[in-house]
Amino acid sequence: MYNERVLKEFSNPQNAGEMKDANAVGTVGNASCGDIMKIFMKISDDGVIEDVSFQTFGCAAAIATSSVTTAMVKGKTIEEALKITNKQVVEELGGLPAQKIHCSVLAEEAIREAINNYLTEYKKNK
Amino acid sequence: MKRVYLDYSATTPLSPSVLSEMLPYFTEQFGNANSMHAFGQEGAYAVDGARRKIAELLGVKPTEIYFTSGGTEADNWALKGGAHAYKSKGKHVITSKIEHAAILSSAAQLEAEGYKVTYLPCDEHGIIRPEYLEEAITDDTSIVSIMLANNEIGTVQPIKELCEIAHRHGALFHTDAVQALGSIPVSILDLGVDMMSFSAHKFYGPKGIGVLYVKGGIKPDKLIAGGHQERTRRGGTTNVPAVVGLAKALEEAIEGLEANYNHIKGLRDYFVQEVEKNIPFVVYNGHRDSRLPQNANFAFEFIEGESLLLTLDLSGIACSSGSACSSGSLEPSHVLLATGLPIEKAHGSIRFSFGKDTTKEDVDYVLETLIGAVKRLRAMSPLYAEYIGGNK
Repeated sequence: MYNERVLKEFSNPQNAGEMKDANAVGTVGNASCGDIMKIFMKISDDGVIEDVSFQTFGCAAAIATSSVTTAMVKGKTIEEALKITNKQVVEELGGLPAQKIHCSVLAEEAIREAINNYLTEYKKNK
Repeated sequence: MKRVYLDYSATTPLSPSVLSEMLPYFTEQFGNANSMHAFGQEGAYAVDGARRKIAELLGVKPTEIYFTSGGTEADNWALKGGAHAYKSKGKHVITSKIEHAAILSSAAQLEAEGYKVTYLPCDEHGIIRPEYLEEAITDDTSIVSIMLANNEIGTVQPIKELCEIAHRHGALFHTDAVQALGSIPVSILDLGVDMMSFSAHKFYGPKGIGVLYVKGGIKPDKLIAGGHQERTRRGGTTNVPAVVGLAKALEEAIEGLEANYNHIKGLRDYFVQEVEKNIPFVVYNGHRDSRLPQNANFAFEFIEGESLLLTLDLSGIACSSGSACSSGSLEPSHVLLATGLPIEKAHGSIRFSFGKDTTKEDVDYVLETLIGAVKRLRAMSPLYAEYIGGNK
């Protein structure tokens, strides 16, 4: 059902875990749907995502998309990260089963959520 | 890599002695059991013998045994054929919320035809209590169908009591015994049921063959129209090797029942005990005692079932996800939800089902892998972090 790349990202995910000193956090999804994705970021004053991590409750596709999405935004500017679409995430994974595409949408939303929270919460304090 | 199969409730491997009994009927004795010539009569003789053997093992008459393509067809036939044949009594059908899809989908078809269907609830352990049926049954109820044992959580139902209630109201009673037969003692006469479905591949027989037992005098409408097979009740060329295999597998299952029951239940109980001892935040779904020996179903809190299933699969362990997420639907198990398990825990549920070939070494390997997998997935779970954070 899953390709090798998805299985690899699932069994050995990049950037998994909580980040204590994150200044941007975004959570999307809910437990009753079976997916929750939480993204942590450390964004520098000039808007570069210096570090990123995730915690995900969900299926293998949700964990694999969390892994590649966090890898894709690491080192990018906020503007660049906001341009990442779920399509690119699916391409990066070499495809997902049709019923799992929503996981990639969740990943895109989680990135946006984290950045939007950063922009509203942290920038206004500066 | 070590491989451990703990999905015997999905299907079992064919017993080698069953296979050797079947083999001649694929090649040398290939005749159509409905043909009058000697080739055909060899097949007919084998089918008659198998039918008699099955009837004897179940304590019923050979004329009450009807071969089908499996449990699903038997369920379809019993429910729809029964409701259609006895609609003059009334167009009310009763089943339960925790039936197999073969019954639930057939019930939905009956609803679309204008029948009224009542889906009985179950209690938190998955038991369909007789009082639920007592409340729902009316003079218009023509047929009641309740499974003997549930496929997901293994709960064994009080069929004898349920059947008595149905009969007191003049309704037929059907039971889906697909998971139960071969695992626990089943006496059709003692249960008193009018129809019973079962399938060979759940007890080390071949796939694609099942039986609907129909008590003499009861005539559900035909599901499959065709030739004169099965006393004109079910058309289609008889699958002679499969019929022979079913009979042999049932014989082995019933002869070996006590030994297999004790072996399987011993390993299951050990597994359950070790899981509950070593993994915090688990819910043992189903009933502790009124339960099939092969079934263990757990909700592992804070993680999702498919990711656990796949982690185990990558370590060579086969089990089944309570959440049907992996099969394309995003809905969690209707059975677990019916027991009142919260939806997020239903998403994190896994079924392990043990078989006669399972060893203690297998179980220890699964335990070790499972404990690690749950830890790893929880470390990644925002729900677990939240829970631990909130309880510091």
